[in-house]
Amino acid sequence: MAECGASGSGSSGDSLDKSITLPPDEIFRNLENAKRFAIDIGGSLTKLAYYSTVQHKVAKVRSFDHSGKDTEREHEPPYEISVQEEITARLHFIKFENTYIEACLDFIKDHLVNTETKVIQATGGGAYKFKDLIEEKLRLKVDKEDVMTCLIKGCNFVLKNIPHEAFVYQKDSDPEFRFQTNHPHIFPYLLVNIGSGVSIVKVETEDRFEWVGGSSIGGGTFWGLGALLTKTKKFDELLHLASRGQHSNVDMLVRDVYGGAHQTLGLSGNLIASSFGKSATADQEFSKEDMAKSLLHMISNDIGQLACLHARLHSLDRVYFGGFFIRGHPVTMRTITYSINFFSKGEVQALFLRHEGYLGAIGAFLKGAEQDNPNQYSWGENYAGSSGLMSASPELGPAQRARSGTFDLLEMDRLERPLVNLPLLLDPPSYVPDTVDLTDDALARKYWLTCFEEALDGVVKRAVASQPDSVDAAERAEKFRQKYWNKLQTLRQQPFAYGTLTVRSLLDTREHCLNEFNFPDPYSKVKQRENGVALRCFPGVVRSLDALGWEERQLALVKGLLAGNVFDWGAKAVSDVLESDPYFGFEEAKRKLQERPWLVDSYSEWLQRLKGPPHKCALIFADNSGIDIILGVFPFVRELLLRGTEVILACNSGPALNDVTHSESLIVAERIAGMDPVVHSALREERLLLVQTGSSSPCLDLSRLDKGLAALVRERGADLVVIEGMGRAVHTNYHAALRCESLKLAVIKNAWLAERLGGRLFSVIFKYEVPAE
Amino acid sequence: MLKLVGGGGGQDWACSVAGTSLGGEEAAFEVARPGDRGKAGGGSPGWGCAGIPDSAPRAGVLQAGAVGPARGGQGAEEVGESAGGGEERRVRHPQAPALRLLNRKPQGGSGEIKTPENDLQRGRLSREPRAAPPAPGMGDRSGQQERSVPHSPGAPVGTSAAAVNGLLHNGFHPPPVQPPHVCSRGPVGGSDAAPQRLPLLPELQPQPLLPQHGSPAKKCRLRRRMDSGRKNRPPFPWFGMDIGGTLVKLVYFEPKDITAEEEQEEVENLKSIRKYLTSNTAYGKTGIRDVHLELKNLTMCGRKGNLHFIRFPSCAMHRFIQMGSEKNFSSLHTTLCATGGGAFKFEEDFRMIADLQLHKLDELDCLIQGLLYVDSVGFNGKPECYYFENPTNPELCQKKPYCLDNPYPMLLVNMGSGVSILAVYSKDNYKRVTGTSLGGGTFLGLCCLLTGCETFEEALEMAAKGDSTNVDKLVKDIYGGDYERFGLQGSAVASSFGNMMSKEKRDSISKEDLARATLVTITNNIGSIARMCALNENIDRVVFVGNFLRINMVSMKLLAYAMDFWSKGQLKALFLEHEGYFGAVGALLELFKMTDDK
Repeated sequence: MAECGASGSGSSGDSLDKSITLPPDEIFRNLENAKRFAIDIGGSLTKLAYYSTVQHKVAKVRSFDHSGKDTEREHEPPYEISVQEEITARLHFIKFENTYIEACLDFIKDHLVNTETKVIQATGGGAYKFKDLIEEKLRLKVDKEDVMTCLIKGCNFVLKNIPHEAFVYQKDSDPEFRFQTNHPHIFPYLLVNIGSGVSIVKVETEDRFEWVGGSSIGGGTFWGLGALLTKTKKFDELLHLASRGQHSNVDMLVRDVYGGAHQTLGLSGNLIASSFGKSATADQEFSKEDMAKSLLHMISNDIGQLACLHARLHSLDRVYFGGFFIRGHPVTMRTITYSINFFSKGEVQALFLRHEGYLGAIGAFLKGAEQDNPNQYSWGENYAGSSGLMSASPELGPAQRARSGTFDLLEMDRLERPLVNLPLLLDPPSYVPDTVDLTDDALARKYWLTCFEEALDGVVKRAVASQPDSVDAAERAEKFRQKYWNKLQTLRQQPFAYGTLTVRSLLDTREHCLNEFNFPDPYSKVKQRENGVALRCFPGVVRSLDALGWEERQLALVKGLLAGNVFDWGAKAVSDVLESDPYFGFEEAKRKLQERPWLVDSYSEWLQRLKGPPHKCALIFADNSGIDIILGVFPFVRELLLRGTEVILACNSGPALNDVTHSESLIVAERIAGMDPVVHSALREERLLLVQTGSSSPCLDLSRLDKGLAALVRERGADLVVIEGMGRAVHTNYHAALRCESLKLAVIKNAWLAERLGGRLFSVIFKYEVPAE
Repeated sequence: MLKLVGGGGGQDWACSVAGTSLGGEEAAFEVARPGDRGKAGGGSPGWGCAGIPDSAPRAGVLQAGAVGPARGGQGAEEVGESAGGGEERRVRHPQAPALRLLNRKPQGGSGEIKTPENDLQRGRLSREPRAAPPAPGMGDRSGQQERSVPHSPGAPVGTSAAAVNGLLHNGFHPPPVQPPHVCSRGPVGGSDAAPQRLPLLPELQPQPLLPQHGSPAKKCRLRRRMDSGRKNRPPFPWFGMDIGGTLVKLVYFEPKDITAEEEQEEVENLKSIRKYLTSNTAYGKTGIRDVHLELKNLTMCGRKGNLHFIRFPSCAMHRFIQMGSEKNFSSLHTTLCATGGGAFKFEEDFRMIADLQLHKLDELDCLIQGLLYVDSVGFNGKPECYYFENPTNPELCQKKPYCLDNPYPMLLVNMGSGVSILAVYSKDNYKRVTGTSLGGGTFLGLCCLLTGCETFEEALEMAAKGDSTNVDKLVKDIYGGDYERFGLQGSAVASSFGNMMSKEKRDSISKEDLARATLVTITNNIGSIARMCALNENIDRVVFVGNFLRINMVSMKLLAYAMDFWSKGQLKALFLEHEGYFGAVGALLELFKMTDDK
């Protein structure tokens, strides 16, 4: 902990207010590697952005040199694993109250070890007010950037890169947030920024935007007029007052003008005929709460009306709201949403952004980083390093507010490769990867949160075991436990903290937390061992398959795919079995499978299809390492190849649980090719292609896939997509609609889920779908 | 400044029929002449008034329109329609779009007849130099009394020929008495139509009407003689009421052609009402007659007389009803035509307390019919409609007459307690586009809370002296100058009341500054919404009416400025002299229509 008061700066007497204790490993992370800063200083909050390089430990697999032909050594692992340092890029965004700005600048100065950065991009109304302070403290030249340009750049960035960035706010529903899936085409849209005034900007492309209008009645009006009317100084307090007031005491409503007759006239009596109309005629005192509420309604309605008029004039239906007036305050989101619904008759939706407060800082940063071309990369929100939505909400209890209200964080990892939609999606804008929305489904949410809590011990144990040579593995694993546990508790309270809560986001959060504490691949050793065992079984499995008649073989291949899928460390029921009985065999797994008819069973249709002409090219998303990929997937691939179908085998770019990674798949394929002439020639002739998905998740988001994969799919004219595994075919994509034939297979290895789907443990999903003509 | 309170000392409506007689309306009213700025006290600002739009606020310059009104009654400022937070009413009278062009007529036709001005009561207006025609072909209407008729070039013009085929030039259907009974404003060319002051005879009552023939004037005489007017004419008294959220607007037609016989037969009740209303300019503590708006020598429903414009706060409504009961108003068998929300709210009270059945009318219908009617008859020989020339140049900004002969399509912005915005395509084809709750009621309400003032007049007086730039945060306060990226001037308001976020600034501003800022905020916001609606509806004429504009030159010039500036001259802001009374006039017109329908 670094004590970091302003006392040394000798600036003012109210140092008490400004001193703050900054936990460096939590707030300004990786500061020592920071290069390039940007700052956005608003009326009350400062947002600092910097770019850092993060050293990650990554598990690399490398093939042994088998030139000696002595492959008969029985227990030698199929490849070697080495842990290497890898450097990845990360964006850090920190939001704090302006009162801490000096303390923070001092802190940054002290921790900024080796940066060649000379300039800091600055934006926001306070940029010039604090210019001298920044230049003096950081010895960086302040380069002022245009506020709106930054805002829009930031907005484009989050809309493109953060899934579930935008949401609608629904009063009286639980939860009140409904997140939007990322639209592949984010333009055009209208951005209504409600700062002290209101700016309405039409954004048409990355670089083209236009100020179409504005209003002087904005957050400053609420604050300024509110302060005059109620003698309440702080914006948050005014909102508090407003949330408790009754505007009908101050406003003249339609029913005040029409008496009781409004009903017969079909008018809503509660409509406001004249804001503050009662204070003009009634000679009485009005309560602070009522006046604040009336003011809030007046301003929100007015902004909503103007936004609708502009949306209509420009024929836009996507209107994003931002600015400090909105900034996560449920009261203002509620009134703005109401107003937009009212004035547009439901035709326009008011959309809000999770990271709205960071837009300016993100934009300023991007402006300064143009030479690094940040826009050509894809970025992903790091759940481990980011505080969720509402962490700074005044509505939270004081305890929560004290914990996280002061500093709010967003971290974005630069992904190795740009991500795009799978070209085979039927309707990209309506594609939702996740099958169950846990924000929506309270029962499911409760179950899964508990499930992940219960599985946490095992994950910690495995993480420690994966690094037997590390002295601090236990300590790091404990930190991991604490962090992930805390995230789960946050999600219990605020399921919407990171967008739509799903099994996928819970799994991804766990991966991010593991990475955070340098457990890049806790399953690397397990996967290595299983791959070795499975490779040795491969020839035998293929031989017995080849001995079967055609029709029998097709069923056996499918059963093999499914049986291989039983070996999944992601599922608690299975990891228990695997822990206690490592020799749980392939055949035994097959016996565990449900007999046909399966829970979802369109096998007959599939078989019928196989009797027809071969597919041109199949895209297969593989699941687990070991038995699954080697004894399940490869024989299936081999059969397809024999039919004359080309195969693209897509595996994760980075590790997640025991899922097979792309680099593992390369080694496995190479080893199989050494045993099997079919695979060998297919690889050589590029009829079998191994690609990476661009993801490191146990689930699959078909709207964020590696650009190379998408290009290949297009080039080869893939006409069949095979998705296997619970994470990819049930938790996600179960309802995904594709433009080509698809096969979704999984074994339900979770009793609760099986029951929910009307089956039982090890029930089988075999879903063969042909798109409607 | 005259402050006239009804005789009988502080009594309310019900009393003092024989109140202090005013020494002629002239005394009560004075019109600002060019150059009179700053001292013109008239409730209605003069044509030549040269204020400065608030975009470049200079305290003190705008006083012409805002200095205390002639009749500074304590009545709260107007406010008419419920704006409804914006509930929309769709077209009620859908018509084929082609109909919108129906009433276009050749402009400046030879049929126009110029008649002498009636400057009887009103200060003579300087009409030179004339306003340049705002649009090609649009004649300056300021001096004309009668106009050619749209589709009947050969139709007789002249005496009372204001309409042919039931249509006035602007498409206004005259009150639906038989065509010859067209309501036309006198005096017209013919001597027949000259105002007749008849000896007042007791106990004279309106007479039933005979089948009509001949000229309207002749018919009038005939009708009176034959005592036969009643069949097609409602019995006196003739009222139209618009009961708004804050203010009640009442128009009263005072027949001036009462024969001795009629006078004789006129019941005491009726006479006392007539005398009370016409001999006073203030009624009780809060009732005000806007003498300067009086329409003289008007022919309505075949009778000649003066139309009086009276207002009082809606909170005095119960006293008004009480008076109706005490004066046994119901015995007159008149129909009270009323519009506005209060027509519904107080209907029961009228029936229970005063035994009066209200005839309730749609307020938007009334507004439009009233507006078209008043515009068609003109303002005692002067035009009803005006605009501001050079709205963006404070030095050259001048009030100029505008010819609204061809009013469609127009965006009608009615600013009462709240604001309603209508797109009007013809006299009975219109839609309510939207509305806002930020209206006159908001201005006064906030001013009362912020400054402790109590009346609209007080609030405006303060606003005239204040400087809103102390209160508002301007673009230059944030960016140090213009915000060039978006082409915003440094002097533009970035945040209304934005400076009030800071305690130091809160402690350093005056009440006058606050009143001014409130006025500017509300006005600019209405302007902004109106402008967007005009764009969305593709209409380039925006007509602002409603009592928010009463004695409110600051707002009018701001609106004129805003329309012109933000549309780069594409939009024109128009104003009307009888700004807040059209609903009431429309209600009165319904009275005639009703009688006709029977």
